[in-house]
Amino acid sequence: MHDTTATSHYSPNTDSDREAMLAAIGVESAANLFDDIPQDYRFPALDIPAPLSEFELRQELGDLAALNATPGDYACFLGAGSYRHHVPAIVRALAFRGEFLTSYTPYQPEVSQRTLQAHYEFQTLICQLTGMEVANAGMYDGATSLAEAAMMAARITKRNRIVLAETVSPAYQSVVHTYTQGHDNLQVDVIAADGSDIPEDAACVVVQQPNFFGYLNDLEEMASRVHELGALLIVSVDLASLGMFRAPGSYDADIVVAEAQTLGVSPSYGGPYVGVLACRGGRDFLRQLPGRIVGETVDTEGRTGYVLTLQTREQHIRRERATSNICTSVGLIALMSAVYMAAQGKQGLRHTAELCYHKAHYLASLIEDIPGYSLPLQGTFFREFVVQCPLPPSEVNRRLLDYKVIGGLDVSDRFENGMLLCCTDVNTRGEIEALASALAEIGANAS
Amino acid sequence: MTTPERWLEKHNRKLLMDRSAPGRIGASHARLDVPESELPDAALLRDNLDMPEVSESEIVRYFSQLSHYNFSIDHNFYPLGSCTMKYNPKINDEMAALPGLSEIHPFQPEETVQGALKLIWHIQEILAEVVGMAGASVSPKAGAESEFAGMLMARAYHLSRGDDKRKKVLIPDSAHGTNPASAVVAGFHVVSLPTNEQGNTDLAALEAAIGDDLAGFMLTQPSTLGIFDTNLSEVIQIVRDAGGILYGDGANLNALLGKVKLGELGFDVVHSNLHKTFTQPHGGGGPGAGAVLVSERLLPYLPEPHVTRAEDEDGERFSLTTPPQSIGRLGPFQGNFGALVRAYAYIRTLGDVGVSQISEDAVINANYILSQLRGTFDLPQDRHCKHEVVFSAKNLKDNFGVSGKDVCKRLIDSGIHPPTMYFPLPDVVEESLLIEPTETESKETLDQFIEVMKLIAKEAEEDPDLLLNAPHNTPNTRLDEALAARRPVLRWSRD
Repeated sequence: MHDTTATSHYSPNTDSDREAMLAAIGVESAANLFDDIPQDYRFPALDIPAPLSEFELRQELGDLAALNATPGDYACFLGAGSYRHHVPAIVRALAFRGEFLTSYTPYQPEVSQRTLQAHYEFQTLICQLTGMEVANAGMYDGATSLAEAAMMAARITKRNRIVLAETVSPAYQSVVHTYTQGHDNLQVDVIAADGSDIPEDAACVVVQQPNFFGYLNDLEEMASRVHELGALLIVSVDLASLGMFRAPGSYDADIVVAEAQTLGVSPSYGGPYVGVLACRGGRDFLRQLPGRIVGETVDTEGRTGYVLTLQTREQHIRRERATSNICTSVGLIALMSAVYMAAQGKQGLRHTAELCYHKAHYLASLIEDIPGYSLPLQGTFFREFVVQCPLPPSEVNRRLLDYKVIGGLDVSDRFENGMLLCCTDVNTRGEIEALASALAEIGANAS
Repeated sequence: MTTPERWLEKHNRKLLMDRSAPGRIGASHARLDVPESELPDAALLRDNLDMPEVSESEIVRYFSQLSHYNFSIDHNFYPLGSCTMKYNPKINDEMAALPGLSEIHPFQPEETVQGALKLIWHIQEILAEVVGMAGASVSPKAGAESEFAGMLMARAYHLSRGDDKRKKVLIPDSAHGTNPASAVVAGFHVVSLPTNEQGNTDLAALEAAIGDDLAGFMLTQPSTLGIFDTNLSEVIQIVRDAGGILYGDGANLNALLGKVKLGELGFDVVHSNLHKTFTQPHGGGGPGAGAVLVSERLLPYLPEPHVTRAEDEDGERFSLTTPPQSIGRLGPFQGNFGALVRAYAYIRTLGDVGVSQISEDAVINANYILSQLRGTFDLPQDRHCKHEVVFSAKNLKDNFGVSGKDVCKRLIDSGIHPPTMYFPLPDVVEESLLIEPTETESKETLDQFIEVMKLIAKEAEEDPDLLLNAPHNTPNTRLDEALAARRPVLRWSRD
């Protein structure tokens, strides 16, 4: 049978192309181009599998995907920092156009205006949504935004104590520890969520809104207490909640961090996402802001255009004196969330937030009526809440799989038999009621 | 005076907030299918939500009209040195979007995500094999975060031996800016090492800089000059004898696949940028993904979570685990999984034979450009390069007053994205033009590029204004970057 001689359909080089180029270079074979590698180590064998055709690749990845229980096939009530939403078709259709998908960082602004204008839209929409004056073009994710914000606050206040409320996501707290571990001068403290014992030399106080367990705090008083001590208030906010709840800018937050995955990006087993870092607009904040920032300017003909700006903060100029080592703004994901915010708009963001709110409250009302289950926390929640189960949550979750339900996050380290449940716009009434009746059966069989 | 062109330009620059009209919506709204609950206290609710109101068709046209304002790999030759702008296969995006991979939640119980964990485990194994290391973590979300993780592991290694004096990290002056920045974020102080005339590490300077405070040495191979350090064996010996950790920045791994394994040479940590070598699309500046690969002695310090495999009579099982002396979490979840799916799809498509061929073709293509533009531009290191080549436009600057930047801007008029300019830094190469063609470009494309570069060099002599005022055919002429920094306008605001 006919056999192709090309090694890959991604590379156009044929043997005669190679011969012609090697002759022009003046070497006998391609191997000569690697003479500078120590001879004993040159051309090792690679023990990796043989090539697959596109047809075989589809089967291979289809088989891997089939080993997973996929939300959609399963009802899923997980949140805790990654959220499932309906994503309008235009998000992917626009973001995945080749001009954006396959372009690089806009270092050449004359041929990157689409990228730059999209970044500028993202910065604008994030400021509008959070009520802050300035936002950068994006960070890796919400947790690294938080770590960078905490270190930024230490530089601005010239203080070394980073203070986290105990109701900040445990994973986010871990990331703060990872990012600060090399700095012997920085200290990370965890305090009670009511802010009653803020150390006087705090650089910043970090609170999560709604907190990790889903509940909202009145942060106005917290902000004034933090500011009286000369510290900064950092709010880690759920952006979806801002469709209905107050923006952090309105209660005087100094820095806002968030995970923008909730705005139009699929969970994708944890990434890629994009982190938000927004703050006050003063020079003292701007100078210490990490990451990329796009600014408006004019060209030699007086036309509007956009460029990367304030680059003297960044690693490619400042090297070891940069505000951060970050070199990406996760532009593609930022664009997806910008398109999502535009498509949802003023009305859709409110509508979606209310869908989450009502569905979560409906689920909570059903669960409260099931014998053996209770809600240990009081107050206002948005779309997540803690349920105390009659069995260990890991066991409840295992049994829920039989009902084609993926349950909530096990938070039994904080609340006895506690499970953190989440509802968003994609959890239908059918799913919600199926979860409630499954929990009732599991509870009834527990004793 | 308003011309049709000016009018269109102004229209295209209208931002979403200015396109807004009260009452328009851009997405369908699902109906509420459960009973309404009472809304909370008004003190918690926002009274204004000043977001755009634009219809779906307007949003689509807006973002699509901006499309011709961008160069991209799909449309243009993009020889941007150190960035490895190779073709990004379309099938990879389709695979990453499979619902069974894109819809799964990062906190699902392990037994419900065995396919995802298996994929991560395989990519860890394959990358460790390709680079010759004992283990890998794919939780870093970019090259810079891999560097940070690698240097934290170096720190943890020294501290675990009670060796708390080791605070100094050596980095060549030709290194990417993230290297020194990452070392500092990990708690080290940085000493910059000069590069010698051949482009190699200056051994005398290295000998002078080592001591019992040496934590490690971060070295990019091939270097950002596109060449392999012929002093490498000596460098490795010196650093190891001094008790330092040898960090290999694998940004330029596209030159080395199947040609050498950095782990076999003695590197302790190497990172790979999956968005360069393994075709995760750059997306206008991210998402990237980084793998950080380590030798045996650094395995206990890998970031968490790490994917491990166990096998018993029921078959294989994959788990998220925490290495015994882990440096901790780099993010809330498992890393940029979508990028891992693409890298996996790419490597499986090429297979053993195809992966080795990548570097051969990338290196042939770069050397071909070197051979054809020698004499037109200065060549600071006239020796075989690897996957990229550095020229200098110093001759044009000295003779005709046009800079490397002017050459780059003129290249735009031919529809080719400029090479990387002013990197490596001016103290290493003046007026540098770092050209990386990659293996996915044809000889015909390279010949066109070579011809255009020669034409531009000729224009520099005959009509330098053509370069000084370039580009001529883009929506914007050169932009005032100084103004942007002096008077920052960083967001839309209502006039």
